[in-house]
Amino acid sequence: MDSNSVVSWPRLPENMDSFGLTQEHSEEVHVLAVDDSLVDRKVIERLLKILACKVTAVDSGLRALQLLGLLDEQKMPSETIVGLKVDLIITDYCMPEMTGYDLLKKIKESSTFKETPVVIMSSENVMPRIDRCLEEGAEDFIVKPVKLSDVKRLKDYMTTREVKGESQDREGNNYKRKLIDTSDVSPSSPPCISSSTLPSSPSLVDSTIRRLKMTSTE
Amino acid sequence: MDGIVQLQRQLVDYNASLFHEGFLDDQFNQLQQLQDESNPDFVVEVVTLFFEDADRLLNELTKALGQPSIDFKRLDAHVHQLKGSSSSIGAQRVHRVCISFRNSCEEQNVEGCLKNLQQVKHEYSLVKSKLETLFRMEQQVLAAGGSVSR
Repeated sequence: MDSNSVVSWPRLPENMDSFGLTQEHSEEVHVLAVDDSLVDRKVIERLLKILACKVTAVDSGLRALQLLGLLDEQKMPSETIVGLKVDLIITDYCMPEMTGYDLLKKIKESSTFKETPVVIMSSENVMPRIDRCLEEGAEDFIVKPVKLSDVKRLKDYMTTREVKGESQDREGNNYKRKLIDTSDVSPSSPPCISSSTLPSSPSLVDSTIRRLKMTSTE
Repeated sequence: MDGIVQLQRQLVDYNASLFHEGFLDDQFNQLQQLQDESNPDFVVEVVTLFFEDADRLLNELTKALGQPSIDFKRLDAHVHQLKGSSSSIGAQRVHRVCISFRNSCEEQNVEGCLKNLQQVKHEYSLVKSKLETLFRMEQQVLAAGGSVSR
């Protein structure tokens, strides 16, 4: 994949404050939220709306794929809703039928939405699970219950990404940094490096290289 | 004027006691922060969804534990859902019992599960009644012309 490919992010005006409340001229950030729990959907919707995001909340991975035009039966490009703009997908991990991880994979495999940041939420703070999701290309991992500060962080790095382009500064991403510092890297599956998951932190690059070396000697 | 002040004072104290006694944790406070003039009923709405969810799940759990052959996976799935929604609204005690309940399911411990079900029903009915009282008190303050500030 061409690492210089254009990523179309919403153009946010200079005068926008961190809450996005002065967005008059640009499009709103559109978030697709996926969670089988009605209570959680209600909460995440409110959190995102407070940050001036447009929210579409669905109750399953299948419905999310349907909306994105990614269901197997919808292989024809004409099936996708014309002009559908999704700037962020936030999904629960534990869902019946299709987990957040499965949904993440399908999104990252698609040509239309693989650049769209996907954030996973889970009540379980399980390192291998978090690791697996981040490896698969998830942008961030939020431990439930979700608070305003968690969602604010997402909005912050989306803006950063838009301004800085491909050379993303992940310093604002506290959770990920913690993961990089404490995770014990073990070769699980063959590494799948694409430009969308290229790490910027040195320690992650080292561990990735270590993983590559280990699998090539097998 | 004194009447409103009195009511407001009682409301503040009652609210504080729910946190003190561990019925509610910081997540409930988080939800209260999300309520404003544009969404004045947010907390009541979310909590109402929780009540509906919990009623349904407790029903399912009771049915599941009444079966001759208990499906622990199904049981665990229901408890997981209840654990999640109670955590999302800050119903701390309910959430904690759900954690024990999940352990009982994992161990396939029928006695443990039955006990946990009784506990969760008890904790749920307590927090439900406390929250209903809290909302009633808020309504009284509003009806008297006072404001419910967070």
